[in-house]
Amino acid sequence: MPEQLVFATEVFLNGLMAGVLYALVALGFVLIFKASGIFNYAQGVMALFAALTLVGIMEGQVPFAHLINAIFGTEIHHFGWHVPGLVAIILTMVIMVALAWIVNTLIFRHLVNQEPIILFMATIGLAYFLEGFGDIMWGSDIKKLDVGLPQGINLWIDETTFNIFDYGFFIDNLDIVATVVAALLVVALVIFAQYTKQGRAMRAVADDHQAALSVGISLNFIWVMVWSVAGFVALVAGIMWGTKSGVQFSLSLIALKALPVLMLGGFTSIPGAIVGGLVIGVGEKLFEFAIGPLVGGATENWFAYVLALIFLVFRPQGLFGEKIIERV
Amino acid sequence: MLDASEGYTTEDGRKIGGVVMEMKNITLRFGGVIAIQDISFDIREGEIRAIIGPNGAGKSSMLNVISGFYHPQEGEVWYQGAKRPPMKPYEVARQGIARTFQNIALFEGMSVLDNVMTGRIRQMKAGMLAQAIWRGKAEREEVENREFVEKIIDFLEIQHIRKTPVGRLPYGLKKRVELARALAAEPSILLLDEPMAGMNVEEKEDMSRFVLDVNDEFGTTIALIEHDMGVVMDLSDRVVVMDYGKKIGDGTPDEVRNNQAVIDAYLGVAHD
Repeated sequence: MPEQLVFATEVFLNGLMAGVLYALVALGFVLIFKASGIFNYAQGVMALFAALTLVGIMEGQVPFAHLINAIFGTEIHHFGWHVPGLVAIILTMVIMVALAWIVNTLIFRHLVNQEPIILFMATIGLAYFLEGFGDIMWGSDIKKLDVGLPQGINLWIDETTFNIFDYGFFIDNLDIVATVVAALLVVALVIFAQYTKQGRAMRAVADDHQAALSVGISLNFIWVMVWSVAGFVALVAGIMWGTKSGVQFSLSLIALKALPVLMLGGFTSIPGAIVGGLVIGVGEKLFEFAIGPLVGGATENWFAYVLALIFLVFRPQGLFGEKIIERV
Repeated sequence: MLDASEGYTTEDGRKIGGVVMEMKNITLRFGGVIAIQDISFDIREGEIRAIIGPNGAGKSSMLNVISGFYHPQEGEVWYQGAKRPPMKPYEVARQGIARTFQNIALFEGMSVLDNVMTGRIRQMKAGMLAQAIWRGKAEREEVENREFVEKIIDFLEIQHIRKTPVGRLPYGLKKRVELARALAAEPSILLLDEPMAGMNVEEKEDMSRFVLDVNDEFGTTIALIEHDMGVVMDLSDRVVVMDYGKKIGDGTPDEVRNNQAVIDAYLGVAHD
């Protein structure tokens, strides 16, 4: 195998792994969009908030410590205990469900039947609020997140490829875990949406509110459920990104990378979010590898958006989105 | 002719049972507009009850009061012998009152089968966790519900479009799918909001036949709204006539037909 091709293969594999993480965030968007027609700008911030909360609980941080200290002149920061990863994840999930309920009760319940743009603006507000709230609650310093996921180079792949190509591939264990988790998550979500009573109710609500009410579906229950599921997906994405690059506020910016992913995959398709994520992950890594040196690099910053733009021109519904038919 | 507690026998010999639902002095206002003014009537088990009236008479408002979409300012709704507190539409639906809509509210993106299956939500007991863990019970439930739904689909003669997304169907068939979804809930009262609206003569005849067959086969109590007098008189056992939010007549089709107030409302009164 020529050296270039071996390198390209490694880049391809790493692209796939990066794509999985994009797909995880995009998945949260698709879920809420399908069920409520809301484009949830806050999905990225939800991932950040979930990761912050998870670290905070694990480290035994006192929530609102800065605020409390500033008001009462105390010096408290930690409870002094450490919570094991799994327990902390469960507690974080409880908080995400509570958040879902609060978001629905305080904001979206009052915006039923409003224009999509109004709902979208509400999620922008939610995003900024949640970012600030996360800051006040847990502090803004970069935190290390370690829930016990394997990290570092996968030696088996390194050795095997070295024996075959004379060149060991660098594949991060964490990326492999992320891929497996994402695959499981997608399978679970598809089964949920297609074959369970609540999944069917969710699709019904997405389709027609009035009709859903008339067959006995509680809109509020379904919305809280959908926001909870989106919160769960955000938590998974937050764990993966946080473990990889530390829990920091730039995490909320990965939401922007999910936009081209969605344009590629289609806003209403769960498999689309996955394939879109992979295409963009692989595409931007390969593009950087092949074309990057010719144009001075840094193509990863814009490649995804240009690709999305091309898609908007030629296939606006995305790869898997529902075909847009206008009856005249 | 009518007794408060006992039922009655129709001209074609069907036995009609006791009162399932009773509206007592319902008044509904939107701001200064009075949509329904002090109206009372009852619906009996097994009968086909029609509410008719010219456009804007308040028929749809009345149906929306029954199905919980509107809440009247005054008056009481009695259902199955108990006074009903103000309820959300989905709670009313869970009590066994199914409905269709004047301008069709279906899940356009889902297949006919899936649409009708949503009608069974009331009958599905297994929760989310049970469905994940205890597959057996949930699966059995799904199969049972599926069988019932297939029966309804056969009955309404829509087998050939079972897998078709509803969005692609013509108007007449959509109306029939909506009826199927409402029937799937095995409702104790089936509310039909202008089931014949916008249909051609042939489709109207089909729909009339289905309404009669449903009543006959399943013994379903049906309350329907219609402004096509001809259709209503053929279908229904008893008719409430509304005009400008008031009740101007109540009785068998024959009684109503000869009621002077009804004739005036429909044909107009000569002012001279």
